[in-house]
Amino acid sequence: MSTKQKKVVEIRTSPHLKKAISVEQIMRNVVYALLPVCAWSVYQFGISVLALILVTTLTCILTESLFCKLSNRPNSVGDFSIVITGLLLALTLPPGFPLWMAAVAGFVAVGLGKSLFGGLGYNVMNPALVGRAFVQAAFPVAITTWTPGFAAGRFVEFIPSTLALPFMSPVDTSDWVTQKAVDGFTGATPLALQKFEKVTVDSIDLLTGAVAGSAGETSALLIFVCGLYLAFRKMMDWRIPAAIFAGVFIVCMPLNLYNPALFPTPLFMILSGGLMLGAMFMATDMVVSPMTPRGVWLYGLVIGVLTVLIRLFGGLTEGVMYAILVANALSPLIASVSQPRIYGARKEETES
Amino acid sequence: MGLFNLFRRSKTFRHGVHPVAHKEQTAHLAIRRLPFAPKIVVPLSQHTGAPAVALVKPGQEVVRGEPIAEAAGFVSVPMHAPVTGVVRAVDALVPTAAGPKTPAIIIETYEAATQAVLYGLDQDMEQMSQQELVEAVQKSGMVGLGGAAFPSHVKLMPPDGKVIETLIINGCECEPYLTCDHRVMLEQTDSMIAGIRAILRATGAKRAIIGVEDNKLDAVSAIREKLPDDGVISCEAVETKYPQGAEKMLIKSLLGKEVPSGGLPADIGIAVYNVGTMAQLGELIPRSRGLIERVVTVSGPGVEKPGNYLVPIGTPLRFLMEQVGSTSEANEVIIGGPMMGMTVASLEVPVTKGVSGVVVLEKEAEDQQDRPVYPCIKCGACLDACPINLNPSMLGQLASVRQYEVMESDFHLNDCFECGCCSYVCPSNIPLTQYFRIAKAINRETRAQAA
Repeated sequence: MSTKQKKVVEIRTSPHLKKAISVEQIMRNVVYALLPVCAWSVYQFGISVLALILVTTLTCILTESLFCKLSNRPNSVGDFSIVITGLLLALTLPPGFPLWMAAVAGFVAVGLGKSLFGGLGYNVMNPALVGRAFVQAAFPVAITTWTPGFAAGRFVEFIPSTLALPFMSPVDTSDWVTQKAVDGFTGATPLALQKFEKVTVDSIDLLTGAVAGSAGETSALLIFVCGLYLAFRKMMDWRIPAAIFAGVFIVCMPLNLYNPALFPTPLFMILSGGLMLGAMFMATDMVVSPMTPRGVWLYGLVIGVLTVLIRLFGGLTEGVMYAILVANALSPLIASVSQPRIYGARKEETES
Repeated sequence: MGLFNLFRRSKTFRHGVHPVAHKEQTAHLAIRRLPFAPKIVVPLSQHTGAPAVALVKPGQEVVRGEPIAEAAGFVSVPMHAPVTGVVRAVDALVPTAAGPKTPAIIIETYEAATQAVLYGLDQDMEQMSQQELVEAVQKSGMVGLGGAAFPSHVKLMPPDGKVIETLIINGCECEPYLTCDHRVMLEQTDSMIAGIRAILRATGAKRAIIGVEDNKLDAVSAIREKLPDDGVISCEAVETKYPQGAEKMLIKSLLGKEVPSGGLPADIGIAVYNVGTMAQLGELIPRSRGLIERVVTVSGPGVEKPGNYLVPIGTPLRFLMEQVGSTSEANEVIIGGPMMGMTVASLEVPVTKGVSGVVVLEKEAEDQQDRPVYPCIKCGACLDACPINLNPSMLGQLASVRQYEVMESDFHLNDCFECGCCSYVCPSNIPLTQYFRIAKAINRETRAQAA
């Protein structure tokens, strides 16, 4: 560079290098990891689930855009985090969930769960679960109405309840279920069967997803594999699911040994219901989980223990959602009690 | 994140990052001498501590190696003429990499001069007492050549009650692009060992450990071959990881000890020196000469002839860049390495004693492009990168609401040594290190005002 060439020189402060990975990349990879789960769900339950996924995702995107516009923020749909919320929300809903209710869930999830707090990075709880908790309270019947998978003609016709008109109660699906279902379908999830009838479903069925349940939480194996992909790309903290499984094990194992007839095995607990999806994709939501190494383990243990307690001793059959929401709320507290010990900290010095 | 770090080979510390090293550009290139610039600029303050005091007057002729400024106190070092020439000014204000202008001696080089160093007497290091050695080190104008530029002789005199038991010789060179220490270890092994022996005597330390990153195993074997048999000096490979070359990290890797928060390595009986410093001391002390040149890595995508150059102290960057050539895309000149170095605003900035490298980056480099800043998504990548175990995410959030005092009192801001790992890994592209630097500066100012 001689004096003849006038050039603009960049002035920055160190570091002058950046690792080539961005928020957008992380979020996009979570979406990639969720797509197989969605695909399996669509294969299992047909076009109703496809419509459900599209409706929640679209509602979430539109809500985010609306709130960005209202609060004069640049539109943040491009960071893909909102797509994750939409997909996860759909996967937690029953396959025949009325679409208009799904839209309500999507609006609440993003509006109340995320945008009101200031958008990406500022929310306190997992938005998808906030949406689901809202519809669980608002539409208790619809959200516990399960329909069988692998029904004949599932790719050409909707489950009747899917197309319920807005603000109308969905039609009763029991007739449709008896007409379509394979023999013995009771509409009860494995957890309900276990809780009320003490029937434990085979682990193999839980792994492949040949059971009743929410759209995306039936094949534990597939969800686990997709989660592993994220863990290996270092876009998900493997310690959280590990801690959750450990928490479940710690509570479940003694109970099961004490009375196997009354209490299920830890393996059944881990594979059934929404635990796998919750552990792999929702508890690991970076924004709402603690960051400190000890905090991460504590957070996972809290979720695992709470889930089992709610499932076994609470009024509900499923406890993952509330366990995660409670742990989300606790996460700042967990973070503040688990600050890491810094290099060279003096012993006599208390946490100043 | 731990999952893959379970199978570690070399000694190391926890956390840290793995930036692309880019050392292949210059690692194989032997040290070459750079021509003398027509004008040499020697700032009086190139080191930590009091600026030196000029001994020369404008118009005076100086011989290469002659003292031109003397130390102003204990924490200060003298300057020596890097070229034979005539002094043009003794208090000219020149720009520095750090920003503010600083007084400097300007020497016009005699083009016809032989530039032989005619200064200095031979002396036998083995005969010198501890005190004489410390004085000799100060007289040589030696500072830490790794980049900190802290006067070397000060570290030889630990505070009362502290004893230096172990010397750690830092040959990690963890910054990307830089290879000058690597070349020094390969080419000046004997001087380096001589320097270490002198410092061992001066401090009374019982042993010295040379720590080298395991991407420079050729240097490790070259050093081990020439080590004396008494076993006082040893050479260890440590994991290639940034910031392995930070003294706190290297101490942890090699000895498993931690420097107390807010303290110095001397508090746990350790002194850390750079390999380049040792090589220069081993070269200069026996001849009682001063530090007038140093090895500088000039590298980066924006340089046409990258290499390791022996550069006279005071060579302006403009002259250096003309000699090595720069590409038309070059847009950022960094003094030091890209992780902790400073960009210069003017090419009039001279090479000083603490400059280990000049890295020129290009506009289109992938890791150079401006990326949008997202809010913190609490991914925790910075916590897994911070070698000091701080919580950069929390510190960053506090900085954005200007809670600088809380950062210091509750979140150990002053333990941050600005290695840049947190900014490097942040997927949201939040300039964390930069925030912390500002926070520290503001806290210093507030304290100064209160006092």
